[in-house]
Amino acid sequence: MNMLVCVKQVPDTTEIKIDPVKNTLIREGVPSIVNPFDGYALEAAARIKDADPSAKIVVLSMGPEQAKAALKECLAIAADKAYLVSGRAFGGSDTLATSYIISEAVKKVEEIEGKFDVIFCGKQAIDGDTAQVGPELAEHLGYPQVTYGLEAEVDGDTIKVKKEVEDGVEVIAAKMPAVVTFTKPAWDPRYPTIKRKMAANRAEIPVLGEDAFPEIDTTRIGLKGSPTHVKKTFVPQKKTGGVKIKEETAEESAKKLFQLLSDASII
Amino acid sequence: MNFHFNQEEQDVLDMLHDFCLKEVAPIAAEIDETERFPEETWHKLADMGMMGIAYPEEYGGAGMSYLTYIGACEELAKHCATTSVMVSAHSSLCCWPIAEYGTEEQKQKYLTKLASGEWLGAFGLTEPGAGTDAAMQKTVAEDKGDHWLLNGSKIFITNAGFAQVFIVMAMTDKSLGTKGISAFIVEKGTPGFSIGAHEKKMGIRGSSTCELIFEDCKIPKENLLGGLGKGFKVAMTTLDGGRIGIGAQALGIAQAAIDATVKYTSERVQFGKRISQFQNTQFQLADMQAKVDAARLLVYRAAQAKQDHEPYSHLAAMGKLYASEAASDVTRRCLQLIGGYGYTREYPFERFMRDAKITEIYEGTSEVQRMVISGWMGVK
Amino acid sequence: MEAKTKDLWVFVETNEDGTAKNVGIELLTPGKDMAAKQGGALVAVVIGNNVDEAVKAASEHGADKVIVVEGPEYAHYTTDAYAIALVALVEKYGPTSMLIGATNNGRDLGPRVSCRLHTGLTADCTALDIDEESGNVAWTRPAFGGNLMATILCPDHRPQIGTVRPGVFKKSDAGEAKAEIIKEDIHVDAKDIRTQVLELIKEAGGESVDLEGAEIIVSGGRGVGGPEGFEPVKALADALGATVGASRAAVDAGWIAHAHQVGQTGKTVGPKLYIACGISGAIQHVAGMSSSDCIVAINKDPEAPIFDIADYGVVGNLFEVLPVLTEEIKKARA
Repeated sequence: MNMLVCVKQVPDTTEIKIDPVKNTLIREGVPSIVNPFDGYALEAAARIKDADPSAKIVVLSMGPEQAKAALKECLAIAADKAYLVSGRAFGGSDTLATSYIISEAVKKVEEIEGKFDVIFCGKQAIDGDTAQVGPELAEHLGYPQVTYGLEAEVDGDTIKVKKEVEDGVEVIAAKMPAVVTFTKPAWDPRYPTIKRKMAANRAEIPVLGEDAFPEIDTTRIGLKGSPTHVKKTFVPQKKTGGVKIKEETAEESAKKLFQLLSDASII
Repeated sequence: MNFHFNQEEQDVLDMLHDFCLKEVAPIAAEIDETERFPEETWHKLADMGMMGIAYPEEYGGAGMSYLTYIGACEELAKHCATTSVMVSAHSSLCCWPIAEYGTEEQKQKYLTKLASGEWLGAFGLTEPGAGTDAAMQKTVAEDKGDHWLLNGSKIFITNAGFAQVFIVMAMTDKSLGTKGISAFIVEKGTPGFSIGAHEKKMGIRGSSTCELIFEDCKIPKENLLGGLGKGFKVAMTTLDGGRIGIGAQALGIAQAAIDATVKYTSERVQFGKRISQFQNTQFQLADMQAKVDAARLLVYRAAQAKQDHEPYSHLAAMGKLYASEAASDVTRRCLQLIGGYGYTREYPFERFMRDAKITEIYEGTSEVQRMVISGWMGVK
Repeated sequence: MEAKTKDLWVFVETNEDGTAKNVGIELLTPGKDMAAKQGGALVAVVIGNNVDEAVKAASEHGADKVIVVEGPEYAHYTTDAYAIALVALVEKYGPTSMLIGATNNGRDLGPRVSCRLHTGLTADCTALDIDEESGNVAWTRPAFGGNLMATILCPDHRPQIGTVRPGVFKKSDAGEAKAEIIKEDIHVDAKDIRTQVLELIKEAGGESVDLEGAEIIVSGGRGVGGPEGFEPVKALADALGATVGASRAAVDAGWIAHAHQVGQTGKTVGPKLYIACGISGAIQHVAGMSSSDCIVAINKDPEAPIFDIADYGVVGNLFEVLPVLTEEIKKARA
């Protein structure tokens, strides 16, 4: 069993604050973390490896040199090998261009690590929240996809995925090779161990730069190769003018709320 | 002189910090309130390799430095003093004497399982009539030829309810005084060995503190630790190291109290000002931080000396004496700054104060530390 | 690819009973305006099995044309079958833009289709407009957990595609069904569908949690204090015929299943009424419910940020407020 987990280093969006004067995002001092959904994907792979210790987990990330820290975190938790895709020409890529580059990188890494049976991704990254790279990667590679996975297990040549749907959980079988994207499961991912952490610190992480992809279609990468462009960004306006209710007793407050909602025909 | 953690050590402490925020801090108040031993935390720490940080990898440990271990005790105590002492009683008082005095067979059989965290360890010296006067051991071990027969009891034993392995001191030859005391490795479930009731304590209430009872308990010959009559030495040297862990625990409690007080006083407004704007608050907190940092240097110095195999008994005593008294002082003063809310159980300040007190008592009271220090000074 | 028409398409996702999901019908509302600005028709695309109800709904809510693809292979959503059918339609008709509801399936299908068509996709939009300068669709979406909004254009590729959050737009009133119905015969071989549903495990308790389609949601957060603290929340929800939601804090604490979670890592909702009980209003939660028509917050902390976005904020203990409110509602409805 040969598994690839794609991870992204993201700012911890729970730590992001808005500059009240300039009304812009304060990005300084926001810690970088492994995208939590990618962490769930790694945990799903680690569980498969728990059941089959001969399985291999390779992690791949695209980003700047600093993203090696995220890859090392994955090595400390469960991954066996890590690769970073990094290059100036890749900057400014939207999801379509990013997924194209990653699909090319997957082929490169497969030359070293062998063909991957499954590619696991987080359902989305918490900075962009697009949930597009996983399915687009599947499309570039021509693989089936299962999104919103909670758990996965291998059954012969298929991967069985518990998928979150509106009214419960579906069990979906997909023929491997396949791409599965993961959402938050009921359990917490494992913690790194000291031993793995020390080994991860010493690990050399190969970087696949632009020169690693001589045959890549340069019209499909970077800002120029991206069909979508950001026209502007802005901080959402806060809603104001709400009615605050604080009567003498909670009972009076509740009755007043009921009255207001009734009067406004809301209930 | 360099008391910086190196990068690897810092990485381990950062890992532990993240873990504590998610797994230790959220249950600290609950396990205190319900007097529940945090068994799940033990297993999670074991998975990470945190139950045997400073022991060699070939014996199931993580092979890190002793300073890392002390930093870990401090980090755990910042979030939960109970969890800190669970680890330090296990590591300092049970793993260490086996690693130091154990035969290869004993290390293979016990240390590997203890350092990996699969088993939890405990240490039994104190008896109803032998507290600070540890030489007055009433527990006896009789040589029965093919086994030892243990009779007596131990009290206030940390981790007792959950430990699989106990280091137990017993008199093997009363006529020899302290030289007649020997140390034994006793496994949970040995016939004749039972665990008494859980003590209801003022602080570290989640910690499992119980009596050990030995009634014609048969101990295999090979479970004698460190040689016949060497028990007192095993116990005293073990406690020397244990004190550094307790000093670190005191540092963690004190620092947590200061940090929480800084946060609280920066938010709460009285007389139209944040409490932190009053000079009394500023000066008090400055004094407290200086005191805790001084204590930290003493504790780290002792840890460094132990790590470097230098004499450290007096250094450990100074570190524990100063850190534990600092913790009691600082937690009391922090609560005073918080005022009425600090006295309620909605906030952690009263817990900090209760938890701090034990650090002045266990693994040698402050008075014992003063005896050790003055003895080293030659003041007779 | 080049657009062959100036038409705007709305993909109307169907339920297994052949009715339309709300979001598809909602999207016909902005679609009408945008199609007019683009100078083309508003076309609804319905894929499924026995979808007459959905076709009728699309027609009644403003579609000029409805393209229908039916077949047993579409009875249950699969990425492969739906992507094949939708791509075939786009290639045949060449619309200039396409809206897809950002449901789980919509977010599964959108990127697969846009990637196959080599065009741009903007996910999870909360506002739509036509950029005056260029005539492109201006897709506005939240990023960084709702801390930042971005407006995105797809200038050189067609169709421009976006997924749009449910509940952001309102259904128009149903009118006369006068759309031209175009039936397309597209079939997908079983071998081309590479995934298979083995079983469906309904949520414990048998009730499904349809937050995205709910008109009223009553949510509990950290302030409910424990699983039993959801009882008054559920009681109020029952009285209102509402769905129970939850904040991440409550879900992470294990008090309620993740299916109930509203927010960045849960569901995005836009009900008529959202009642937040004991929820502080972290931006990650607000990101998932701020488009609700009316927000009521009940929290004992007067400084809780939830009050910044609430239309009605009650400062008080939810365990005292909720039972009284529930009783009042029951009395009024008795």
